[in-house]
Amino acid sequence: MKIFPEFLRRALQVDAQADRVVPPSGFTAQLTLFAAGAMAFLAVFALALSLAAGRLAEQWGDELARSATIRIAAPVEQQQAQTDAALRILETTRGVASARALTDAEQAALLAPWFGAELALDALPVPQLIEVIETSEGMDAAGLRLRLAAEVPGAVLDDHSRWRAPLVKAASRLRLLGWASIILIAAVTAAMVTLAANAALAANAQVIAVLRLVGAKDDYIAQAFIRRFTLRALFGAGTGMGLGMIAVLFLPSGGDETASFLTGLGFHGAHWLMPLLIPPLAAGVAFVATRLAARRTLEGLS
Amino acid sequence: MIDLENVAYSYSGAELLSDISLKLAPGSFHFLTGPSGSGKTTLMKLCYGALLPTAGHVRLFDADVRTLTRDDVAQLRRRVGVVHQDCQFLDHLSVAENIALPLHVAGRSADAAGEDLDDLMHWVGLTERAAALPAELSGGERQRAALARAVIMSPDVILADEPTGNVDWDMSQRLLRLLIELNRMGKTVLIATHDLSLIRATKAHVQARVLRIASRRIQLAGADL
Repeated sequence: MKIFPEFLRRALQVDAQADRVVPPSGFTAQLTLFAAGAMAFLAVFALALSLAAGRLAEQWGDELARSATIRIAAPVEQQQAQTDAALRILETTRGVASARALTDAEQAALLAPWFGAELALDALPVPQLIEVIETSEGMDAAGLRLRLAAEVPGAVLDDHSRWRAPLVKAASRLRLLGWASIILIAAVTAAMVTLAANAALAANAQVIAVLRLVGAKDDYIAQAFIRRFTLRALFGAGTGMGLGMIAVLFLPSGGDETASFLTGLGFHGAHWLMPLLIPPLAAGVAFVATRLAARRTLEGLS
Repeated sequence: MIDLENVAYSYSGAELLSDISLKLAPGSFHFLTGPSGSGKTTLMKLCYGALLPTAGHVRLFDADVRTLTRDDVAQLRRRVGVVHQDCQFLDHLSVAENIALPLHVAGRSADAAGEDLDDLMHWVGLTERAAALPAELSGGERQRAALARAVIMSPDVILADEPTGNVDWDMSQRLLRLLIELNRMGKTVLIATHDLSLIRATKAHVQARVLRIASRRIQLAGADL
């Protein structure tokens, strides 16, 4: 982080004369500003996507990992006995924080979306569900399965890993894609600044020749270009970031758990500070790109 | 100061200059003459490190040009004032700013040199034109501005390539007088020109030696000029 103030200080150092040796350029300057702004705008969204995907992966990994379900499918007359037996086993199982059988009303609510609210559950052999909440250390699912198999033949333990794993994997992959996009955006910014700097260096060949003739060192000549492009990237990216953050701020939010990915696509808490890094980063990319372009061009001259 | 030893220079295989040995002593005044295309400008460029010899050794201020870094060359040009035939300026800056440019690139404050700058502008007769842009200057004014820019750092050597190329006789006399005056102040002067009458006119005022490039080599021209 210490590199930022250093190059920004150098780039912002006011040397009006050194600045004036390169003639002002109107249109290409606007293009650089615009491109830096557009890239920063995109970077804000890539960042929002990465952070949201990261939150989701953590949430799914965390919450789902700490709950499990036991389904007891037994003949009606044995169901209560088997449920009680399963609950007794769970009470003595390490890593189980709490366990309770779902009431008929809760089970009916779970089935309502599929069968309709009018269905009389009593008429159907619906398995009994037991909700298990694990402690943070987690439980030994394999061991529990063995004990249940021995004492409660109708019990099936579902620790959700079967459908949790692909979800967490997808969210992690999405986060990775988001970060990859940010890296690509930085690379495109570097390429764009390099092209613009090369064009500026070529357009100012006479200026460079005159400066060399009167004894200017490469650093002095390069500085005028570096300062310009660094400032353009800084201001362009600052504007783009501002607009991007406003756009994210006005994304529709809220909604329930199931819609949480789309509506949760924003910044939370301290994450709002992260986009503020985009303009200095863009300026840093422009600084390095212009410096390399200037060095390459100047070394080819006499 | 500037020392060429068996120097040769070729452009893409074709030798333009060969076996050139030349020593510019401090305070000397030299003319360099020869037909167009004989390599006068190339020889000048060898003398300020813009070109590297393809054979032989060029020593500038006791340093071999091949050993110089780019920054060394920049430093060296602060001690060598160069006037090109087609003087180039920063077209968006005023004449005064262009003349003060060597001070700025050397990191010296222009304010400190303010008085020198005024004197110099007066000396080359451009005080009235200080605020003009280079594009607004006549040929002679451009040459004088280039000369002023070349000497503002008080260099040890002044290299002028056809400094009177685009100007009339009166103006060329005036430019020459400026160069003679600089020589009297102890500067080493080398002027490339094909104008023999200019050389004759100078010889009345200063002890000048004439070097002629002929068939790729350099010769000391006789006193018959």
